[in-house]
Amino acid sequence: MSELVPEPRPKPAVPMKPVSINSNLLGYIGIDTIIEQMRKKTMKTGFDFNIMVVGQSGLGKSTLVNTLFKSQVSRKASSWNREEKIPKTVEIKAIGHVIEEGGVKMKLTVIDTPGFGDQINNENCWEPIEKYINEQYEKFLKEEVNIARKKRIPDTRVHCCLYFISPTGHSLRPLDLEFMKHLSKVVNIIPVIAKADTMTLEEKSEFKQRVRKELEVNGIEFYPQKEFDEDLEDKTENDKIRQESMPFAVVGSDKEYQVNGKRVLGRKTPWGIIEVENLNHCEFALLRDFVIRTHLQDLKEVTHNIHYETYRAKRLNDNGGLPPVSVDTEESHDSNP
Amino acid sequence: MSHHDNGVTVGLGIQMCERWRVEAALSFLPHQRKWGETAGAVMAGGVMDKEYVGFAALPNQLHRKSVKKGFDFTLMVAGESGLGKSTLINSLFLTNLYEDRQVPEASARLTQTLAIERRGVEIEEGGVKVKLTLVDTPGFGDSVDCSDCWLPVVKFIEEQFEQYLRDESGLNRKNIQDSRVHCCLYFISPFGRGLRPLDVAFLRAVHEKVNIIPVIGKADALMPQETQALKQKIRDQLKEEEIHIYQFPECDSDEDEDFKRQDAEMKESIPFAVVGSCEVVRDGGKRPVRGRRYSWGTVEVENPHHCDFLNLRRMLVQTHLQDLKEVTHDLLYEGYRARCLQSLARPGARDRASRSKLSRQSATEIPLPMLPLADTEKLIREKDEELRRMQEMLEKMQAQMQQSQAQGEQSDTL
Repeated sequence: MSELVPEPRPKPAVPMKPVSINSNLLGYIGIDTIIEQMRKKTMKTGFDFNIMVVGQSGLGKSTLVNTLFKSQVSRKASSWNREEKIPKTVEIKAIGHVIEEGGVKMKLTVIDTPGFGDQINNENCWEPIEKYINEQYEKFLKEEVNIARKKRIPDTRVHCCLYFISPTGHSLRPLDLEFMKHLSKVVNIIPVIAKADTMTLEEKSEFKQRVRKELEVNGIEFYPQKEFDEDLEDKTENDKIRQESMPFAVVGSDKEYQVNGKRVLGRKTPWGIIEVENLNHCEFALLRDFVIRTHLQDLKEVTHNIHYETYRAKRLNDNGGLPPVSVDTEESHDSNP
Repeated sequence: MSHHDNGVTVGLGIQMCERWRVEAALSFLPHQRKWGETAGAVMAGGVMDKEYVGFAALPNQLHRKSVKKGFDFTLMVAGESGLGKSTLINSLFLTNLYEDRQVPEASARLTQTLAIERRGVEIEEGGVKVKLTLVDTPGFGDSVDCSDCWLPVVKFIEEQFEQYLRDESGLNRKNIQDSRVHCCLYFISPFGRGLRPLDVAFLRAVHEKVNIIPVIGKADALMPQETQALKQKIRDQLKEEEIHIYQFPECDSDEDEDFKRQDAEMKESIPFAVVGSCEVVRDGGKRPVRGRRYSWGTVEVENPHHCDFLNLRRMLVQTHLQDLKEVTHDLLYEGYRARCLQSLARPGARDRASRSKLSRQSATEIPLPMLPLADTEKLIREKDEELRRMQEMLEKMQAQMQQSQAQGEQSDTL
């Protein structure tokens, strides 16, 4: 008898590893156009970005935000005759604008906190701010938990909080430490040294070193947080920013002056013109690139995936499971740190 | 001599007299006169000494005496940390008083209470010795809760007054040490929008007790129009809150227009916007200046277009040091003393005070606030008794004298 052809071995139950095919061999498929498709979608829908500014009055918060987004997005007195007095308690004022650039629409909301750190007794003046941030998480949670969910849940959560440090040249103030300790676990904090044109280069670098050390000693994680670096590439890039550039020493301005034939944003003094976008003068350009050009999406993602999830988990634990429709209306914030 | 000659001689003589008179007047300037020379005594046969007695030389003598005695001044600096106070003091007095200073970290300052530090330094210039005492208030305005953080400062100022009151009323008044605070430089932040609530609270607590000179620190943070606006805002706020700062006195009416204009300009620039620096910047071709070097230019501390440092130095150190001491003594200290003594007023004490001749004496006997009231009363009563006895004795003696006089007259007439 002839030999039986051996039966073909049965195929294993485990799915095979996808074989990566070099598409060049077979012709162009066009998968990489997904990037373009996403881009078109984003352009049509636009996106939300919410930025909060915190710091004592007079540190140039509103001017800086206006400079960042190159428009009058933050309400500020154009002259010194600000009629409003310093509020007795911290107020939260959110103003929204739609800015468009290159076909992309951004709904920008600037959240101002007048009255922070201005009183004689500033105990617990960060509480209204913490409350506001948690309220936005709560709003989002409610929407998420609905049966009939909206297609796009409006996102009012604070994606980024710029904390303005006064350029004393010595070190952080006790209030700065207290604020950042309480809020770095709840929102992305980016510390910024305000009105940095009062410090010489040596003073600046010494001050930054001291601030970084103090933040480290007190266990304050500012954005970009070390624990959320996704891969090695991120880590090296962020490490460099964390250890050398931050906190950014900035100068803001909404006035233009003529320098070397160009019109630049700056401040004109009898001893020279400080150019806001000149890296030899201040680090505004670094801050702008960081917040807007490179890490904008990451700020939103960390807010959504980490801070919001932390809040949500706490809420779930409190209520022992999320009810399907009627979310508890009594906003209990006792679980907050 | 012919008539003509006489006339000429007299005319010349008179002219000579005139010239000598002018020269003599000029020669009254301190640095020209030598000891022993009296004006015009030798010249023109006695016309001069009728005109000049010579007490115009009194300022000279005072000057010499005070140079010998030396001069002491206590300056307080107050304000939030990080406004350049120490640098400014070092710049003003060209010393390095704060060399070994250690600024504590934020976490250490969380529970820090306000401390009062005193530093003394002797500065000598042109033969004049100044013993300068600097009072510092580290920790002011730093904490999260700054309520009442100005109370230690007020207490310190009043303690100095009290010490002086005690010394003045004591027995040995030759060597009274004047440790009263003569001037307080209050630093306002250039980053705010005028006076902050803490500034207002501090100034109101001390303005009736010490001469306040408000100063804007780190003024190189501001553009010229911002500086003007901030100064105006601060002036308005000071007026609104009725805070009395030190008023630089009016210059004499016989000064020339230029000086008056300069003086008015200086007064207009209060609060002074200052920048301090102890580093000398040597820029290539230009001469070295004290300043701060930035990438966009160099701020010159002594350039009046850059900041008011020169004005502050002129008004504080060069022209008004003595006036500050006088106002402290004549106005602020007297106010404190009056308040203090009035609060001690009892019915008996008021009677004593009304006896003008003896009021000074009784002031020396009135025990000062520190003693317990029971002892005070006892002492007062004892002294009262003594005074009455002395008065009675005086009256008796007067009566005796009158009697003996009368008797004497009688015996004379007899």
